[in-house]
Amino acid sequence: MTALELHGLRKSFGANEVLRGIDLTVEEHEVVCLIGASGSGKSTLLRCVNLLEPLDGGRIVFHGDEISAPGADVNRVRRQIGIVFQAFNLFPHMSVLRNVTLGPRKALHLSRAEAEARADELLVRFGLAEKRDAYPDSLSGGQQQRVAIVRALALRPKLMLLDEITSALDPELVAEVLNVVRELAAGGMTMLIATHEMGFARDIASRVCFLDAGVILEQGPPGQIFSAPREQRTKQFLARIVEAGRL
Amino acid sequence: MALREGERSGPEVTGRTSRILGGRGGGRSLAIAAGSTVLVFGALALVVVNSPGWDDVRASFFYWPQFQESFPDILEQFGTNVKLFLLAEVFILVWALVLAVLRSLPGPVFFPLRLMSAAYTDVFRGIPTILLIFLLGFGVPALQIAWVPKSEFVWATVALVLVYSAYVSEVYRAGIDSVHPSQEAAARSLGLSQTKTLRYVIVPQAVRRVVPPLLNDFIGLQKDTALVALLGVLEAFRQSQIEVAGSFNFTPYVATAVIFLVLTIPLTRLTDWLIARNRRRELARA
Repeated sequence: MTALELHGLRKSFGANEVLRGIDLTVEEHEVVCLIGASGSGKSTLLRCVNLLEPLDGGRIVFHGDEISAPGADVNRVRRQIGIVFQAFNLFPHMSVLRNVTLGPRKALHLSRAEAEARADELLVRFGLAEKRDAYPDSLSGGQQQRVAIVRALALRPKLMLLDEITSALDPELVAEVLNVVRELAAGGMTMLIATHEMGFARDIASRVCFLDAGVILEQGPPGQIFSAPREQRTKQFLARIVEAGRL
Repeated sequence: MALREGERSGPEVTGRTSRILGGRGGGRSLAIAAGSTVLVFGALALVVVNSPGWDDVRASFFYWPQFQESFPDILEQFGTNVKLFLLAEVFILVWALVLAVLRSLPGPVFFPLRLMSAAYTDVFRGIPTILLIFLLGFGVPALQIAWVPKSEFVWATVALVLVYSAYVSEVYRAGIDSVHPSQEAAARSLGLSQTKTLRYVIVPQAVRRVVPPLLNDFIGLQKDTALVALLGVLEAFRQSQIEVAGSFNFTPYVATAVIFLVLTIPLTRLTDWLIARNRRRELARA
């Protein structure tokens, strides 16, 4: 079944046209990685899918519902689509447990006991049980990002959007976060991932999309994109990545 | 409002250890500070004590028997000031938060509410407090509407609430604006509504940040309770005026000043301490 369909997505910030007609389909249990230079529109695309940015044109269909239609219940949509940000964006005034239970309690209206049971299960699963009562500023970047992933998962979303979630981390903390994503992929989570970690994308992606100047210039299985890209722009981009020793 | 105590110790902040001592610490600078303090205040005292009118001033402002006589009465009436500012402060904190939240509602639909909140703030920050106290305290009871309270105390409280809530709402608004938009994005991405995002994520963070400036306004409010004496409300300052009129001696004013200071100085120090602690935390986080 198709999880997500994007049809001709357009988005501008002032005179700057960031998305210039994005067409993309994501099947259930598929892991789609978005690669491309900074400013190519990866983050904007993810924020548009979660309706955090209003569209200037195009349609988004999520599990058969057109969620970009005027009058769609954005809060209901967002409960089914989790997003994890580059800068974690944990709530600094709440403990880890309260960060994770806020959505289930106030958006899903679960009881405190249910929400905490759900949170504890996830915290144990991702090795964060002993950080349950800690506050975000006492955690390492890697731990904070794992909590942010758990916070999104606590709503039991059907789709996860990951927006360059390792870009703000020290190199030695990247692996622990990527391992969490690997586990999610193994569990069948549908994901749309914007990333600069090419090795990771090659390992995990069912499909890789190369964004360039606001359009998906090329897409295909990771083997093809990374080994035999067809487009000149893709070749140039990957050559620079290889040159930087990142692939 | 429960602030978490500083259970986590960040890296110690170096440099500028104490504003009052001028930083750098050490025995030598302490000696210099003590020396220059004695010099400055000593010189000041000499000038005052040797002024031609000092004996008259001392007799009429610092007359100890008069101080002893009027102090208990003034202290008793000071209870009215305490009642007034505690009552007013509760209303101010709540009403100002409502104003600030109205002002920060996004979108064109809420424009009228934003406009009203902005107009309110402009008007009540623009009117001198003493004028508003006069206008309400003498004006409203004169309307002689049966169900409207005639007590000057009530209208003085209302006037202070109107003026101070305008200031405090700006403090809150600065706090709300200081919360990074990514916090809102994170909360909305969990499917929380705009209202719940404000309630659980934005406002709690905003309020924590503005506790010191709120205390600052609270100190101002404590002092301004003396203004209601001009409506004839019997409170500390009014009592001291009565004592002065009866004794032809100004010492009761000094006694009143002492009472206000005893209350405001600890709060001032607490505010400074909170500001310093927030600063340490910000630096530790960066």
